[in-house]
Amino acid sequence: MKNTVFLGTLAAAGLAAGFVSAATLDDVKARGELNCGVNTGLVGFAAPDANGNWSGFDVAICKAVAAAVLGDASKVKYVPTTGQTRFTALASGEVDILSRNTTWTFSRDADLKFTFIGVNYYDGQGFMVNKALGVTSAKELDGATVCIQTGTTTELNLADFFKVNNMTYSPVTIETNAEGEQQFLAGACDAYTTDASGLAATRAAFANPEDYVILPEIISKEPLGPLVRHGDDQWADITRWAMNALIAAEEYGVTSANIEELSKGTENPEINRLLGAGEDNLGAMIGLEKDWGKKAIVGAGGNYGEIFAATIGESTPIGLARGLNAQWTQGGLLYTPPFR
Amino acid sequence: MATVTDAPKASFRLSMLIYDTRYRSITIQIVVLLLFMAGAAWLVDNTVRNLAALGKDFSFGFLWNRAGYDINQMLVQYTNDSTHGRAMLIGLLNTLLVAFMSCVAATVLGVIIGVLRLSPNWIVGRLTTVYVEMFRNIPVLLWILVAYAIFTEVLPAPNAFRGENPTASMILFDSVALTNRYTAIPDPLFYRSLGNIDVGLFLISLDLLAIIAVITGSVLVNRKLLAHATAVQNATGVRPVTWWKSILVLLVPLALLLIALGFHAERPVLRGFNFTGGLDVSNSLMALWLGLTLYTAAFIAEIVRAGIGAVSRGQTEAAFALGLRPNRTMSLVILPQALRVIVPPLISQYLNITKNSSLAIAVGYMDLRGTLGGITLNQTGRELECVLLMMLIYLAISLMISGAMNVYNNSVKLKER
Ligand SMILES: N[C@@H](CCC(=O)N[C@@H](CS)C(=O)NCC(=O)O)C(=O)O
Repeated sequence: MKNTVFLGTLAAAGLAAGFVSAATLDDVKARGELNCGVNTGLVGFAAPDANGNWSGFDVAICKAVAAAVLGDASKVKYVPTTGQTRFTALASGEVDILSRNTTWTFSRDADLKFTFIGVNYYDGQGFMVNKALGVTSAKELDGATVCIQTGTTTELNLADFFKVNNMTYSPVTIETNAEGEQQFLAGACDAYTTDASGLAATRAAFANPEDYVILPEIISKEPLGPLVRHGDDQWADITRWAMNALIAAEEYGVTSANIEELSKGTENPEINRLLGAGEDNLGAMIGLEKDWGKKAIVGAGGNYGEIFAATIGESTPIGLARGLNAQWTQGGLLYTPPFR
Repeated sequence: MATVTDAPKASFRLSMLIYDTRYRSITIQIVVLLLFMAGAAWLVDNTVRNLAALGKDFSFGFLWNRAGYDINQMLVQYTNDSTHGRAMLIGLLNTLLVAFMSCVAATVLGVIIGVLRLSPNWIVGRLTTVYVEMFRNIPVLLWILVAYAIFTEVLPAPNAFRGENPTASMILFDSVALTNRYTAIPDPLFYRSLGNIDVGLFLISLDLLAIIAVITGSVLVNRKLLAHATAVQNATGVRPVTWWKSILVLLVPLALLLIALGFHAERPVLRGFNFTGGLDVSNSLMALWLGLTLYTAAFIAEIVRAGIGAVSRGQTEAAFALGLRPNRTMSLVILPQALRVIVPPLISQYLNITKNSSLAIAVGYMDLRGTLGGITLNQTGRELECVLLMMLIYLAISLMISGAMNVYNNSVKLKER
């Protein structure tokens, strides 16, 4: 008797149970705001200014998506996540997209059930040490104490690197980049390791950046990119192509300076499709307005190259060169599929 | 009752379930039970559905997969090739270590402060009051962080010990180095070690077993000796002198064993980036231990004070009337009775220490929360499994502690004859 009652309530409860909604696009539109997971503060990639306005290389992706979907790049709620909390935040639906120096790996894709929508920064893991140590190569780090952000791929690479090179080390696990910075500066660890871009950004925020060197060894491949949940292909398409729009814009010479001009129509049909200036309506295919691409580029603050230069490029304190992140036409790896 | 049974046997109506006192409480209980079951079923069902919607399954298989990460404090062997299950064991042992250390230290400190708080000496009484009020009214997390900050910011880095004119130097005859990462202490080693036996989960050092066996033997023989002395005293009225025999029995076998094993202590020396050769006691462990101890000792002090206060004044007076000195009155009359009041709340303080030790995450101490609930959870994405497992383990530890303490409590509680 008890069992049947139990099964009955179970069935009833089942009918009433909430589902993780598959239609993220509808949710975002209904909410009028995009929930974007970013890091807790990494200058150049995602950091709030004194007024609480977020900016940075990863933040530009949030803005592009918000602009494409809602028509307003400021309609974003930034949710700071740590290496540990980011995947839970995305899987539970707390954020609609995670744009936070996250490495695309097999298991995150297949086992954690996320869809990486592309790569916005090709990176690799490096080491940073105090110049006074006199260390010039990561191979000299035998016996060192290394600060490492927990819940990251870099944690696993580090173990592999020291094993392969027959060296020992003692890990100091830290939760956020800010904590790592403080421990490293206090001398609680000899070396700080994470993505080389992250190291450069971290060092740029030091009081005396010139006292620290980033060692030449890059010990892993870290293709960093934004990601969404498995199971909502429409949303994955929207976010993927919003990012591709930024890359394509650079390739075709669309800049924030000339975009108004170009969106009146050009000779180049690819640009017309990208900006919604011609006959073709690509937006309709992903449930957006015809000029979604133009909105994304304007909202993000320009094309990929402009964003790169303004946030982490060589003229900023972070000073990263384009390197692998140049367009394929310039010898880099950036190559977006055609807008057709 | 009589009125209820005398009531006319009216036919049963549905409204009686609510208005009839005979049925009402049962009705309420059944409704509440149904609501509770519905709530639980909704939770379970919702979880199952959401997991399915995410395409995730529920399995503990990951515990047998390679962990791939390193841990900086291991009580038993572990490498990054070990499994996640083993990483969990390492974390569990680290949790138990810090919990045990804190329980012991907090009890000692708490009893001392609790007794001192009753002191008629004005300064001592006030100082202990300040201690208690200060430590128990500030969150334990802050105490842990303060201790950690002091260790990392005040102590020198290992490389300050290097060079011609080092800015820092080792203490205690160059055997202990206090650094901002760890305290390096000498490592006890044996030239002629007996080796280890593998008990499957970990290795047990035969040297340690031998030492424990010898000490146990010595203590047993010493007990015999004392019992014999008491027997002689009861028979003849004169107690034979035993102190040198006790010392002999307790120390000589152990000393002989240590010499036979070639016991020595290896000093830590600075090699490369860090001290090697000795044992490193990490600052995170020290900070956590200190924080938990200082905080919990304040509560234990109050418990002890209350326990002693609960023993009526007449007991002391009676003991004095019998001619017992204050010290013996305390240890023979007051404390045994106070223990009955002290032990039950003490159990919950031990449970608190164990649970609070999960604040380890704040100082990067790799306890159960740091391994299973931290890195493993994050690298495998098995949130539900890891958190459930972690809850289960903490529950088991807590039940075991309170079980053991209840056994003890039964042994000290008032025996009615
Ligand atoms: N790419 C690695 C590491 C990413 C990572 O956590 N990077 C750190 C250091 S660059 C970061 O972004 N920290 C910012 C924060 O703590 O919020 C991964 O995906 O696991």
